[in-house]
Amino acid sequence: MSVNQSAPPVPPFGQNQPVYPGYHPASYGGQPGPAVPASPYGAYNGPVPGYQQTPPQGVPRAPPSSGAPPASMQAPCGQTTYGQFGQGDIQNGPSSTAQMQRLQGSQQFGPPLAPVVSQPAVLQPYGPPPTSTQVTAQLAGMQISGAVSHAPPSSVLGYGPPTSLASASGSFPNSGPYGSYPQSQAPPLSQAQGHPGVQPPLRSAPPLASSFTSPASGGPRMPSMTGPLPPGQGFGSLPVSQPNHVSSTPSHALPPGTQMTGPPGTQMTGPPVPPPSMHSPQQAGYQLQQNGSFGPARGPQPNYESPYPGAPTFGSQPGPPQPLPPKRLDPDAIPSPQLNELPPQQRARHRIDPDAIPSPIQVIEDDRNNRGSEPFVTGVRGQVPPLVTTNFLVKDQGNASPRYIRCTSYNIPCTSDMAKQAQVPLAAVIKPLARLPPEEASPYVVDHGEAGPLRCNRCKAYMCPLMTFIEGGRRFQCSFCSCVNDVPPQYFQHLDHTGKRVDAYDRPELSLGSYEFLATVDYCKNNKFPSPPAFIFMIDVSYNAIRTGLVRLLCEELKSLLDYLPREGGAEESAIRVGFVTYNKVLHFYNVKSSLAQPQMMVVSDVADMFVPLLDGFLVNVRESRAVITSLLDKIPEMFADTRETETVFAPVIQAGMEALKAAECAGKLFLFHTSLPIAEAPGKLKNRDDRKLINTDKEKTLFQPQTGTYQTLAKDCVAQGCCVDLFLFPNQYVDVATLSVVPQLTGGSVYKYACFQVENDQERFLSDLRRDVQKVVGFDAVMRVRTSTGIRAVDFFGAFYMSNTTDVELAGLDEDKTVAVEFKHDDRLSEESGALLQCALLYTSCAGQRRLRIHNLALNCCTQLADLYRNCETDTLINYMAKFAYRGVVNSPVKTVRDTLITQCAQILACYRKNCASPSSAGQLILPECMKLLPVYLNCVLKSDVLQPGAEVTTDDRAYVRQLVSSMDVAETNVFFYPRLLPLTKSPIDSTSEPPAVRASEERLSSGDIYLLENGLNLFVWVGASVQQGVVQSLFNVSSFSQITSGLSVLPVLDNPLSRKVRGLIDSLRAQRMRYMKLIVVKQEDKLEMLFKHFLVEDKSLSGGASYVDFLCHMHKEIRQLLS
Amino acid sequence: MATYLEFIQQNEERDGVRFSWNVWPSSRLEATRMVVPLACLLTPLKERPDLPPVQYEPVLCSRPTCKAVLNPLCQVDYRAKLWACNFCFQRNQFPPAYTGISEVNQPAELMPQFSTIEYMIQRGARSPLIFLYVVDTCLEEDDLQALKESLQMSLSLLPPDALVGLITFGRMVQVHELSCEGISKSYVFRGTKDLTAKQIQDMLGLTKSAMPMQQARPAQPQEQPFVSSRFLQPVHKIDMNLTDLLGELQRDPWPVTQGKRPLRSTGVALSIAVGLLEGTFPNTGARIMLFTGGPPTQGPGMVVGDELKTPIRSWHDIEKDNARFMKKATKHYEMLANRTAANGHCIDIYACALDQTGLLEMKCCPNLTGGHMVMGDSFNTSLFKQTFQRIFSKDFNGDFRMAFGATLEVKTSRELKIAGAIGPCVSLNVKGPCVSENELGVGGTSQWKICGLDPTSTLGIYFEVVNQHNAPIPQGGRGAIQFVTQYQHSSTQKRIRVTTIARNWADAQSQLRHIEAAFDQEAAAVLMARLGVFRAESEEGPDVLRWLDRQLIRLCQKFGQYNKEDPTSFRLSDSFSLYPQFMFHLRRSPFLQVFNNSPDESSYYRHHFARQDLTQSLIMIQPILYSYSFHGPPEPVLLDSSSILADRILLMDTFFQIVIYLGETIAQWRKAGYQDMPEYENFKHLLQAPLDDAQEILQARFPMPRYINTEHGGSQARFLLSKVNPSQTHNNLYAWGQETGAPILTDDVSLQVFMDHLKKLAVSSAS
Repeated sequence: MSVNQSAPPVPPFGQNQPVYPGYHPASYGGQPGPAVPASPYGAYNGPVPGYQQTPPQGVPRAPPSSGAPPASMQAPCGQTTYGQFGQGDIQNGPSSTAQMQRLQGSQQFGPPLAPVVSQPAVLQPYGPPPTSTQVTAQLAGMQISGAVSHAPPSSVLGYGPPTSLASASGSFPNSGPYGSYPQSQAPPLSQAQGHPGVQPPLRSAPPLASSFTSPASGGPRMPSMTGPLPPGQGFGSLPVSQPNHVSSTPSHALPPGTQMTGPPGTQMTGPPVPPPSMHSPQQAGYQLQQNGSFGPARGPQPNYESPYPGAPTFGSQPGPPQPLPPKRLDPDAIPSPQLNELPPQQRARHRIDPDAIPSPIQVIEDDRNNRGSEPFVTGVRGQVPPLVTTNFLVKDQGNASPRYIRCTSYNIPCTSDMAKQAQVPLAAVIKPLARLPPEEASPYVVDHGEAGPLRCNRCKAYMCPLMTFIEGGRRFQCSFCSCVNDVPPQYFQHLDHTGKRVDAYDRPELSLGSYEFLATVDYCKNNKFPSPPAFIFMIDVSYNAIRTGLVRLLCEELKSLLDYLPREGGAEESAIRVGFVTYNKVLHFYNVKSSLAQPQMMVVSDVADMFVPLLDGFLVNVRESRAVITSLLDKIPEMFADTRETETVFAPVIQAGMEALKAAECAGKLFLFHTSLPIAEAPGKLKNRDDRKLINTDKEKTLFQPQTGTYQTLAKDCVAQGCCVDLFLFPNQYVDVATLSVVPQLTGGSVYKYACFQVENDQERFLSDLRRDVQKVVGFDAVMRVRTSTGIRAVDFFGAFYMSNTTDVELAGLDEDKTVAVEFKHDDRLSEESGALLQCALLYTSCAGQRRLRIHNLALNCCTQLADLYRNCETDTLINYMAKFAYRGVVNSPVKTVRDTLITQCAQILACYRKNCASPSSAGQLILPECMKLLPVYLNCVLKSDVLQPGAEVTTDDRAYVRQLVSSMDVAETNVFFYPRLLPLTKSPIDSTSEPPAVRASEERLSSGDIYLLENGLNLFVWVGASVQQGVVQSLFNVSSFSQITSGLSVLPVLDNPLSRKVRGLIDSLRAQRMRYMKLIVVKQEDKLEMLFKHFLVEDKSLSGGASYVDFLCHMHKEIRQLLS
Repeated sequence: MATYLEFIQQNEERDGVRFSWNVWPSSRLEATRMVVPLACLLTPLKERPDLPPVQYEPVLCSRPTCKAVLNPLCQVDYRAKLWACNFCFQRNQFPPAYTGISEVNQPAELMPQFSTIEYMIQRGARSPLIFLYVVDTCLEEDDLQALKESLQMSLSLLPPDALVGLITFGRMVQVHELSCEGISKSYVFRGTKDLTAKQIQDMLGLTKSAMPMQQARPAQPQEQPFVSSRFLQPVHKIDMNLTDLLGELQRDPWPVTQGKRPLRSTGVALSIAVGLLEGTFPNTGARIMLFTGGPPTQGPGMVVGDELKTPIRSWHDIEKDNARFMKKATKHYEMLANRTAANGHCIDIYACALDQTGLLEMKCCPNLTGGHMVMGDSFNTSLFKQTFQRIFSKDFNGDFRMAFGATLEVKTSRELKIAGAIGPCVSLNVKGPCVSENELGVGGTSQWKICGLDPTSTLGIYFEVVNQHNAPIPQGGRGAIQFVTQYQHSSTQKRIRVTTIARNWADAQSQLRHIEAAFDQEAAAVLMARLGVFRAESEEGPDVLRWLDRQLIRLCQKFGQYNKEDPTSFRLSDSFSLYPQFMFHLRRSPFLQVFNNSPDESSYYRHHFARQDLTQSLIMIQPILYSYSFHGPPEPVLLDSSSILADRILLMDTFFQIVIYLGETIAQWRKAGYQDMPEYENFKHLLQAPLDDAQEILQARFPMPRYINTEHGGSQARFLLSKVNPSQTHNNLYAWGQETGAPILTDDVSLQVFMDHLKKLAVSSAS
């Protein structure tokens, strides 16, 4: 965003349609101008189809692209494309041609090929739907991108001409090579030459790439460059998708030949070598640079402005709006009057083919196919693990499983200069207590006896496989700080001929990446071994809670739930003690001592100065006090049945729980069930300060800030006591989640929110969440420390925890779902040989009260070439980190600034790549690194999320809720949260047992004859098309027709037929995968509720102004171009 | 009216009044020369089985500043239906109801035998009695158990409609809600934080209902009981609940580490009890009964820290100004006591512990509100159990021997003014024409509030003769005093008891004999003792003793017959003869001597001394000693070491202790088991006799005395030895080796020495 801002003209995204006309032309013009209009198009067209085809399978694409002659191609392409898309084929066909023409006209204006891409982008924003078909084709190409490499070239070429469609698809592959704009001209030429088909252009691109070579030399990318040569291979070889691409490549390869020559020499050599080994596993399908080279930067810009204007998306908004647009237009391309005149819809049609831009679905699918089958062995330093969406087994051979730690990059630049240049955040997302699949062994517990775990004397790092034993085993050198330490006699062991300890494989701490130490008393608070933790249930019994039936439901549930408290290993019963508190304006403690005939209630009304009224009998063993507890839980709903108390307190409740734990001298967890804004006179009293008018103002941030400092202070005390707070909210109106969640957030707790809770509708969801929350493994009173080898340093932490200094992450409680993101910065130069090492040590009290240290070690590579960095990145993790970074930022900066920062950073990352790693290509091409080709789409999702761009129906509480939720999400969760999964339910055969292949989250992907399921980890929708077969409706909903389906239905009838079983089974399995129970909502096409559903179709333009994927891609491209120029 | 003794006795029986002087000196100057002030001991609710209350209201003098009650001393004009107030001489019309009166048809209040009369008031709301138990849970298990049983038992003794409440405390204070079924509910307060009455009521959720209640009360007094129904419930309703609740009471669960005292929040507990009643039942009879087993150790009102290594303050510390918490704690309890008194409630303290419990600081609570103070070693003793039980004893009518919220108003004829009162009362600060500027005791008012009283509660009331010497009172003139006591009877009725007395005036110069003869030395001794004790509360012990001595010397100088400078010639008339002896024992009594007593004990003794009637007070001053032997029936003997003989059994009653002491020989016999031999049955009887007599005393006394059965050489014999006049000590060698009596190892002077000095000083012209 900053870029935009800096460049006054740019900002004008905000403007409206009027601008479009101008832009389109501009963009088009740009393209044509530079290149030979006709040929390019042809080329593009050609490629397009190819890509489309390819998506499904690599091979097909290639041929088409290559084969496709320019002109002729177009037509066919168009058709094929459409066909594939299955959508408005007809329209597309024609429209495309029309576009083409226009493009030509437009091309004159400006930049060569580039414009193409941009145009598409531009166009899409306007009329996403129509274009979509086209776009899709492109997208397909993109996804295939692996194959892409070939395609890309073609696409690139194509793009220019065909505009978005071709360009998109082609561009990716090529993009790498094409990188440099200036060259863009060249491409056209090449294209012209190549011409005939898409391929030529592609190749042309490569040549450009050759020019890049220098940059490419960096490493893998080079290969990518070369890739073009052997198209598929080249790319594939590099990092890219080998399989798919390969097939495709060949075809391209041929044409490229010429191109090849240029770059090949150098590139080939470089890339081939490294890439094969390195990348093959990781980036199967992707080429380093996926490029969606988008058209002309300028052309697009204007366009963007216009389209975006409305959309705050990019951050540049209204401010610049209308006036600006004109300016921009000027720079880029002059809008042709005609274009301007064109109705928006038509323009839309001209946009980029969505299928040609990188598809998350495709990437995920490819990764699954390529990496899901073999276990991921962690022995090798710096390996990029499979995507989080892939099911894979992990074999711990010295590095922590990616389930525990994921990094944004597994290859860290050696110098801070490089890191700054690349702008890729170096971060690790750590989930120290992650639950492992049953096939993987949980960490071994190591007992080093009374002396405690063996540690480096200087930096205090724990013994790990990374330590080097020297002098025959008498000493060891710390790999973090290089200090040489003596090996204590009892730990001595001889070394074998390789310098390894003979017992290395007998000792988990010498052979595994993750393991646990038993802590000695030195590691305990007050030098006393902790007592088993306690759970305290604190239930709001004010009028609201009683009225909704919450209290009764909860009490009923607790009776059975108490049997399932977390247990240590094979323990017969949980060591955890429980206590109960109810409250409204005052607090009621309960004495449930086993010796009592009936529970005793103790009311504390002195909320201003909270204390715990009893000690003995408050926290009890469930088994011993079973009878009294049951009686209590029976009584609670009765006792308050007639309550008229509507006011509640909040801070005193937490304080009470904390004091109780303090009195009992143990750590523990509070489960708070709260309904309303705490307005009763007491510390932490809140007022309703919700004000939608603040949105999009500088004061918006105040909505995310706590109202009072009380809660921070309280949280600090809680942390000191090891008191973790889980908050269940049942608000009917504003409850100020931002303030109420402060304590859970700082104590490592969770917040659950059930707006307008009704027992009938929300019971299942609440109970399921509660069960999971109570049962899940949790560590208490934890301190996490991340140590790194010399040269880098953990500088920033994100998540639900408290820090009293700059290094220790204090967590009152840490459960298996919580993650902590850690950002690293350079301290010094790193060396490629020693790499960068991380050791995350978590000291915690287990649920049985045992004090332990969990150690995770991870070794990363270091690089001197930026290309290595880009080849070893993990976009999902990156997005996870960036989202957390941005979400934290909204507390201090206006949301617009935060969005701008994100966009700028993303643009910088990509621009750096383009500049340093991609082979030279037309400036009009958007070239994305293979590993990051999804960065734009994901980032766009982040930008469009409720926190950063709230829709009208999103409440302040919702935003605060999501904000804190995301702060401790792991990578898998953020992945699906920001880019929901959309699964067609009726497309695959009923008897197939596997999950149906997902489709992209766009309305265009929905066919009215099908039923879809969408989930993002929090929500679950079943969307029913209007023309679904009656039989299907019958077998799923047990009603005879579409119109009889109840909209908003939250449960599917249990029917005994294969479809119903399958769908319900699918829903169950999805729910089981997610941290929180997803409430089902059945949405009918064209129904009111559909708005809600559409909100999650993140590739589309959102109602609140969020850009569509294509628009955003174009915008991003523009930003990149600006950076580059 | 043969003798003054009979007169005095008769008056006491009829009116519950004993005056120091029964003939009054007629001028101020003379009165001051009498040394012993004109004063009386008044037992406002003296039991009068022969006095049924009348069912109407008293007739009052119409003068607003007077409002005296129509009494037998008033002059009545039966024809005009007028009566003249004998205090202000206002002539008043009889009310319409009295139209039928005549010389032969007099209302009771005009009959001389009804100088004391009780009226029953029918109007006004009748609210049930309230008993609020405030129970310490920081007790040993068996102590707590015993206390729980006592409390449970007490429920059966309460009137069924009485309201009861329960507050328990330890580290926290819990106010128990009594109305809930199935779950016992209590409000808990931090024991370290003092709260205002308002806060307490807010936190107990009483404010909302209390507000409308206060407004609506005049109209719907019925609502009252429901208001605080959660905490105060009629006994008959929650009998079972409360019994269970008490049964489940646990010891304070907070851990007490070694070397620490349990944290006991007595101060806050009392404060909450006071606040609770204040908010819900102001101005109705209520007893807050505090049961505590140790000193308050935290929060406001703490008396000692929780470190066992710092002992609780002693007199030594207090003298050295070394009692850190005393002042603050005293202030706290005083504040509470005053609030309670203002609300008409009373506070009892039942403190059972081996060590001190902070009675010194808390004494004002019972002292100012007319509550009881009971001190024992453990709740698991009969001393406590029976004492507690006796609180609920009933009189001949089956009514509880307790009354609440009394207001005592005193009216005097013009020649007299009221100087003050000493007893379990607080001043109501009602100034009036008959209030003296000089204060004796609690003065400056003509009305006092006595929140809790029983038939033996006795106040000393002090007067000042203001008549000037040059304004002689006509011959035969009488001074009159009227005591009007309004109170809530235990049957919840409002009653007014009016006592009107008159005494003759006499000119001290011409009629000194009369005055002398009408001296009531017992009453005077008690009244002077009360003054002394009252002073001792605020002054240094030696000063008080010196003051007492000076008074005694002056009295002897004034009324003794002697030749100057000739001690041997000194004689006192019969009516004064015992007085010096009382003073001697008073000087040695624990009321003025703190030696050998803890501050708590002193407070305890003084508390009782300030409220018991004359007889009991005298016993306290000078214990009674009976001797049992084969030589004859039991006889009272001198409280003297010479009475301690080997072949006697002694029974000493000090009011607080009953000591049975077996002489050396008797003890040996008993040891030899003679009492079990049939042929020595008389010995058995002899042993039994004092036991029976002791039982008799024990039965009647409140609080239960400490019962000590000891023998010659027994450690407990110290109780006896410390009381008797040390006529034989290791110092007076001439007594050494004598057969009779037992030497007392003390440096105290004996009565003989005391008297010798007194005579010397009395006859000395120097003083």
